[in-house]
Amino acid sequence: MEEHIVIIGNGISGVTAARHIRKLSDKKITIVSAETEYFFSRTALMYVYMGHMKFEHTQPYENWFWKKNKIHLKKGFVKQIETKSKTLHFAEGDTLEYDKLIIATGSKPNKFGWPGENLKGVMGMYHKQDLENLETYAPNNKVCKRAVVVGGGLIGIELAEMLHSRHIPVTFLVRESSFWNGVLPEAESAIINREIMANGIDLRLSTNLKEIISDENEQVKSVIIEETGEEIPCNVVGLTAGVSPNIDFIKDSEIKTGRGVKVNRYLETNIPDVYAIGDCAEQQEGINQRRPIEAVWYTGRMMGETLAQTICGNRIQYNPGHWFNSAKFFDIEYQTYGWVWAQPKANEARFYWEHADGNKCIHINYNKNTREFIGINTFGIRMRHEFFDKMLNEKQSVDYVLEHLADANFDPEFYKQYERNIVLKFNKENNTNIQLKKKSWRRIFA
Amino acid sequence: MNVLKQLGLALFIIGIGIFTGSIFTGNFSLTEAELNEFLASKNYKSELIKDELKKATVTKENLNIFEFSSRVRNAYKTSNNYYDALIAKYDAEKNWDKKGEQYQYKIYGKPHTLSYEIAKKAGSGFVKENSGLLWWLTFGLSIIGALLFIIPNLVLLGRPGIKNNGIYHKASTNRGGIAWVVFVYLVVFYLLLYFMPDYIVNWTYILDPISIFLNGGPASQWFVYGFLYCTVMVVMAVRMYIKYRHNKYQIIRTTSVLFFQIVFAFLIPEIMTSLNMPGYDFKNAFPLDYDFFFEWNLDNLRNRGAIGLFILVWGTILTLIIVPVMVYFFGKRWYCSWVCGCGGLAETLGDPYRQHSDKSLNAWKLERWLVHGVLLFSLVMTLVTLYCYFSGAEAFLGIKSQWIKDTYSFLIGAWFAGVIGTGFYPIFGNRVWCRFGCPLAAYLGLVQRFKSRFRITTNGGQCISCGNCSTYCEMGIDVRSYAQKGENIIRASCVGCGICSAVCPRGVLKLENGPETGRINPNDILLGNDVDLMDLVNQK
Ligand SMILES: Cc1cc2nc3c(=O)[nH]c(=O)nc-3n(C[C@H](O)[C@H](O)[C@H](O)COP(=O)(O)OP(=O)(O)OC[C@H]3O[C@@H](n4cnc5c(N)ncnc54)[C@H](O)[C@@H]3O)c2cc1C
Ligand code: SF4
Ligand code: SF4
Repeated sequence: MEEHIVIIGNGISGVTAARHIRKLSDKKITIVSAETEYFFSRTALMYVYMGHMKFEHTQPYENWFWKKNKIHLKKGFVKQIETKSKTLHFAEGDTLEYDKLIIATGSKPNKFGWPGENLKGVMGMYHKQDLENLETYAPNNKVCKRAVVVGGGLIGIELAEMLHSRHIPVTFLVRESSFWNGVLPEAESAIINREIMANGIDLRLSTNLKEIISDENEQVKSVIIEETGEEIPCNVVGLTAGVSPNIDFIKDSEIKTGRGVKVNRYLETNIPDVYAIGDCAEQQEGINQRRPIEAVWYTGRMMGETLAQTICGNRIQYNPGHWFNSAKFFDIEYQTYGWVWAQPKANEARFYWEHADGNKCIHINYNKNTREFIGINTFGIRMRHEFFDKMLNEKQSVDYVLEHLADANFDPEFYKQYERNIVLKFNKENNTNIQLKKKSWRRIFA
Repeated sequence: MNVLKQLGLALFIIGIGIFTGSIFTGNFSLTEAELNEFLASKNYKSELIKDELKKATVTKENLNIFEFSSRVRNAYKTSNNYYDALIAKYDAEKNWDKKGEQYQYKIYGKPHTLSYEIAKKAGSGFVKENSGLLWWLTFGLSIIGALLFIIPNLVLLGRPGIKNNGIYHKASTNRGGIAWVVFVYLVVFYLLLYFMPDYIVNWTYILDPISIFLNGGPASQWFVYGFLYCTVMVVMAVRMYIKYRHNKYQIIRTTSVLFFQIVFAFLIPEIMTSLNMPGYDFKNAFPLDYDFFFEWNLDNLRNRGAIGLFILVWGTILTLIIVPVMVYFFGKRWYCSWVCGCGGLAETLGDPYRQHSDKSLNAWKLERWLVHGVLLFSLVMTLVTLYCYFSGAEAFLGIKSQWIKDTYSFLIGAWFAGVIGTGFYPIFGNRVWCRFGCPLAAYLGLVQRFKSRFRITTNGGQCISCGNCSTYCEMGIDVRSYAQKGENIIRASCVGCGICSAVCPRGVLKLENGPETGRINPNDILLGNDVDLMDLVNQK
């Protein structure tokens, strides 16, 4: 009898693990999820509400895929894990036994005990059910005359954009003094502030939510601002103040948890044959300056790829490469490679270039002593992942990176290119004489 | 802004309404002299046809085109039936000589085409007499209306950027009632155009002055089609310019298809005709131009002196050398989404429907069978035709030359390319023909797949599997299935429209031409993960 691998969670991490285990072995695989029958891309939820896609378009695999690859799907909510007998107990009453268990239950939206946070019309934006909720309470600007979004992160700005696409007026409460400035340096953060306001969003920086007021039907009527006491009437409140691991049902099992499920570098928990990956996994300590919990798509996928090896007999550590990420803030695309902290560290120097239109910029971080390139933020200009991964692997200097910046450009053909201006500015500010090289396919594919 | 839009829509609908309604207007009859003139030009041998046509067309009654057409078709039928009966009779009597004699009296040709020729001469009425006014009431109103509907998008769509908001909420773009109405309208339009041109003869009157100005002769239904085609493309290109105003690739590409349609497909052939040269579309490559090697075309070109010969050589070189070499350097996009007329319409009129292409694996299988099947069909047809042309035989490999040409023209030329190809836009997407039917696309695709520098590069590990690219790929390519594996997209069918790249919110896709090595890069582990793991898994 082949070993039975049970995966709780059909998100990117669980599904990636399942796909790779299938490639490597003939083990019996079951994926359990309470949310949807089939894997869908959470990152695309916004596009369904905005009418760019239908929900079915967010499903990366056709429905026959699972059967063909002998990956069993089970819909159900796991309410308890009994590690001694290796049994899952479902809210629906049935049970399932496993030989190896992978916990990939993702995140849930944070709630901070605000008064009124459980009213009708108050919602996070994480699960498919949140989307359905939004469709009920904010189908258009007649039903929802104003929405308040609380929390200035990536999901908050997406929710603001979603509501805006249906012409619903949005007030956006951001605790920080500038959007996402815990992650973005001041200049980039300012660009996004401008972009938010240019789209007619009522952006309130340094503003906290105090409470949510109910009408007579247990439905949102307004919110009260902490700082000013101002009452803002609204029909929908989006709570997007971050996410945390979705592991309440594990808390009273033998599996050790902190904020997330505690794992070692092999993604193993304290209990043999139980693993955790994706948003819900918490490393003992951050790897290579990463955070112990990394709630992003890519890391979920990488953990899935890695754990499949371990499960199939090639026990290896989770060892992610250079950090990268991307997002889109309304119409401004953002990519980042390596590290560009909000505040430079002692040994770091920065180079910043911004286009006159105020919608494009790059920000480079490098070691001011060794000149080693550390990372780049790019807004409104697409750049090649492979290029920067290589620069970081080879520990190239900032001068080398700039000299070859034309190789990095990934914008569509015929787009205006700015490398020349960028290098010019760098030379001027740093008294260097870097000559931009012409793009070379040989180098790009070397 | 919204008021302007509504006003535009109203004007557009009125324009289209008058255009459509004009079909039902006018009186059709001939004087005896006109009929005689027509018959003289035709040289029919039938002894009945003169009387029959006279009964049918020389009349004081007010016939509309439908009554007129039915009478004319009946006249031809009566004449042909008469000789068919004689043939059958002599056949029964085994009187072969007599039987053989009868065939010369029969009149060949599609009934509606025969009727069209007479109708073109027989019409009178408001439309014909006021073509200028009618032009403004039909084309004019529709163009102004459409532009009023489109231009406010500059403001209404919001700031430049991808704004596919509401596409799946609107009946027009989500296969709702409006889409079905457009579908039926387009299908009926193509059926009339290809199979019942006499019914739309009134439209030709509207464009007679323009046609006479351009090529010296009155407008045919094909002139109407060509003119309409250009008009629709221009108007819908304005929409493209606004929608993708942040995207230079789209702007330049749209300008290019517009240029090739108007100048190469429309103006140059018209002007050539007016100069008494064979009208030829220099960019229309065989086998899309499937009748290039038909006898009549070869004969025609051979009899037209230097220019005819040049066209013959050019057409051959275009297909055998220029097309594949360009595909090697730039991918098939240089043709399909930069030059081609079918592609041009698909990328302008069809853009609102691009999301309807079927992305399933089954559709891909069907596509490969169909499109390569049509390619084979066109090649066999051409082989048979050429063999028969040079040998004088009637058939080759047991296939009759006339039969296979007729079958191809009917099934592929009219039904697939026209009725289905464009009529199905609102429901099945804008590239049904290009994807499933076009033999040239199949040929270009084979070159692109196996010998080309073109690829869509996937940007390392950046894909978030959102699905925008697949949704908006008009060729039904599941772009995401490659991107989410970090793999470049190398597909025969990709026409390089660049929309997948445009709609990707994470900057994952780039259309580019580069060295062939490393173009195809199947990956299991994506960039960004453990370097050793990538080596281990990807390099086995
Ligand atoms: C709106 C939005 C936009 C985002 N955009 C980006 C982006 O652009 N880039 C990026 O890198 N990241 C983005 N993220 C984050 C990214 O989506 C997550 O990091 C990723 O989806 C996490 O995947 P996962 O597999 O760990 O968990 P999940 O995708 O959360 O999947 C876990 C599944 O397990 C199920 N589950 C949980 N508990 C149980 C139980 N007890 N029983 C049964 N089933 C259970 C859940 O219902 C869920 O279906 C975004 C997230 C959201 C919400
Ligand atoms: S893959 Fe992209 S470029 Fe190619 S046809 Fe599809 S959308 Fe256009
Ligand atoms: S649109 Fe971009 S991010 Fe989305 S699935 Fe396609 S390649 Fe991936």
